[in-house]
Amino acid sequence: MSQIGVDQWVEQSDERRQDYQGWTAPARRLFDKLAPGGRLALFLLVAAAYPFFVRGSDVRVGITILLLAMVALGLNVVVGWAGLLDLGYVAFYGFGAYFYAIVASNQLPAHWPTWIAIPVIVAASALLGALLSLPSRRLVGDYLAIMTLFFAQVFVELVRNFERLPFVSDDLNLTGGPNGIPGVFPWELFGFSFNTFHRNYYLALAFVGLLIIGLHNLNDSRTGRAWRALREDTLAAEHMTTPVNRLKMLAFAVGAGIAGLTGTLFAAVQVGVFPNNFNLFFLITMYAAVILGGSGSIPGVVLGAIAIAYTPELLRDPGKAGWLFYIGLVVLLVVVVRRWERIAATVGGVIVFGFIVRVVASGIWDEATMGEANDTFISRLIDDWVLVLGAQSDVITNYAFVLAVVGMLTVVVASGWWKIAALIPTIYLAVLVWENKLAFQPSITRQLLFGGVLVVMMAVRPQGLLGTKRVEII
Amino acid sequence: MKPILELRGLSKSFGGLKVIEDLDLVVGAGQIVHDDDPVVSQKDVVDDLDLSISPGEIVSVIGPNGAGKTTLFNLITGIYEPDRGDILMDGRSIVGLSPEQIANLGVARTFQTLRLFLNMTVKENVMAAAYGDSQARIWQSVFRTPAARREERQIAEMAERKLAFFGKRLMGYRWDQPAYSLSYANRRRLEIARAMATNPRLLMLDEPAAGMNPAETHEITELIGELRDEVGFSILVIEHDMHVVEGISDRVIALDHGVKIAEGSFEDVATSPQVIEAYLGYGAADRK
Repeated sequence: MSQIGVDQWVEQSDERRQDYQGWTAPARRLFDKLAPGGRLALFLLVAAAYPFFVRGSDVRVGITILLLAMVALGLNVVVGWAGLLDLGYVAFYGFGAYFYAIVASNQLPAHWPTWIAIPVIVAASALLGALLSLPSRRLVGDYLAIMTLFFAQVFVELVRNFERLPFVSDDLNLTGGPNGIPGVFPWELFGFSFNTFHRNYYLALAFVGLLIIGLHNLNDSRTGRAWRALREDTLAAEHMTTPVNRLKMLAFAVGAGIAGLTGTLFAAVQVGVFPNNFNLFFLITMYAAVILGGSGSIPGVVLGAIAIAYTPELLRDPGKAGWLFYIGLVVLLVVVVRRWERIAATVGGVIVFGFIVRVVASGIWDEATMGEANDTFISRLIDDWVLVLGAQSDVITNYAFVLAVVGMLTVVVASGWWKIAALIPTIYLAVLVWENKLAFQPSITRQLLFGGVLVVMMAVRPQGLLGTKRVEII
Repeated sequence: MKPILELRGLSKSFGGLKVIEDLDLVVGAGQIVHDDDPVVSQKDVVDDLDLSISPGEIVSVIGPNGAGKTTLFNLITGIYEPDRGDILMDGRSIVGLSPEQIANLGVARTFQTLRLFLNMTVKENVMAAAYGDSQARIWQSVFRTPAARREERQIAEMAERKLAFFGKRLMGYRWDQPAYSLSYANRRRLEIARAMATNPRLLMLDEPAAGMNPAETHEITELIGELRDEVGFSILVIEHDMHVVEGISDRVIALDHGVKIAEGSFEDVATSPQVIEAYLGYGAADRK
């Protein structure tokens, strides 16, 4: 064995570098070859073509995706880069939306032209962000989260209750209270009105593109580095000439400015604003987009927004939801079992188990197979295998649901062939519950599936789709 | 010329426990001080002045665990404020300034318990320390104006130069690797490179050789000498390894329970009865 020195070892490092492995390797090599500009161009091209291939209502979905991408890009500055757990972020989005709705509707006698309203609102949102960071600048982590969550709640309560302005005027109705503000005007720039979904879609797409470029530049600058440095170690950053408090304030302000901008567009597209648009659910959606995509990564956050905003739409159609359910089941099976001979054994076991249950159940009770299969491809395929109950369907599936959950817990605890033994009835029960109940109760199903998708995603890739793995302390 | 850093009667206690008591210390720079220099005539200043001040001095602080060495560093860099006494940088008091302001005045430090930006790349760790020396406004960065581009290039070149100081250990492909992938010794080197990037005049190293093997310890000893000779830093170093202390120090200061018990050349301090007592216990000096 020949010995080499440290410097030689470093010099030869390129040769020892691992190439990508597996079937995704060519795609990943190609992705690496595309410079950030190329990736952005590809994304914009696909996104710009999207409205030509879909129905009008799907363009509305596209706008929802792009707006979520914008607001998530702003949140990524605060959470992903500066590492500040800001749960009040939704308030800035609401502030921008309400501000625009008030100055661009019949709520007040004065109507501001868009080219004045937008810069003023963005600046005001950024200022509000900087101001709200003042009382919380000494707080980090959980404490900051609690403090900012309070701001988010205050905002919703304020707009809910500022129907009348005491001491100012009894006639003036500023926020519309619980009824919100309807009839918000669309954006109008240079005599061009953004009054259709298509126009707003391209407007939002332009903003997403500009934000990606601007934030990409910012991330690679002294400010971006200082944000990440204070996320990693605030004390060390301070010793390395970083004015920590000023940079925290700046992060809040930039994030809030982006949220305010997105809010104005949201108000215009929705043609109204309502207090419930800015509740905690939307906050969680934004965070889900950032975390799912990969906190800190710009392409990751955009991808996360697409996944988060599009998945619920996908689940609206029972046929598509069915596909997602069964694909998810297969993915889970592969992740949990891993070895192919055991996977094959499990699948075989489930099939046999199903037919035995069917024979036994139909022998005891006629109604057990009398139900009508769902009108989707997969449901018809397995109609002769799974029990589709004719009567008492609700009660029995509720019990089956509880048993399936117990089965899942058993699977987590058990190991080896016991795990397979627990998996077989669990999978069967899950399919039974799906075919008898969830497939035609979309409102529950969507949330269950959505939660399931998120759980699986985070278990498989905790750093998010395109995020890089972070370490805390080694 | 005045000393770079001067401590006068510095005291600090935590909840009744006195950590630093009446500590005077001068770390010099520039040139040999003449007798008529105003600083020399001050009574607070340590006695041995012809030793204390020479161009780019290296002063070692030694002492048993809990002697107050790291507290001393934390006082100088502004993490703590002293209860009494004064810290002068170029003759101006820096007591009450924030760590960031003190760093901008030219004091850089490393940490005993390594505090790198672990999830940033090696090069970014060094570049991040250039914040105070760069000017680009946020909008200039967003639009990448020519001025911002130029500055960014300068920062990158600066970082490459600082990293090149350590031979090939932190070069090449390592630039783009996250700091957490580095070995322990390389992390210590990166901390020094990062401290150098703040463009300091006084470099404070907190146990630079801790956790290193003998070969690496030898290397770091030479490196500290190079830092002084080639870059011209004044260096204040806390170190437990007496070979390192002997190899680098112009002057050694021994602390025990926050009190300075000895000061002078390595030989003087190493043979001082108080120092032997502090390390080995009461009466140890007599038994020798």
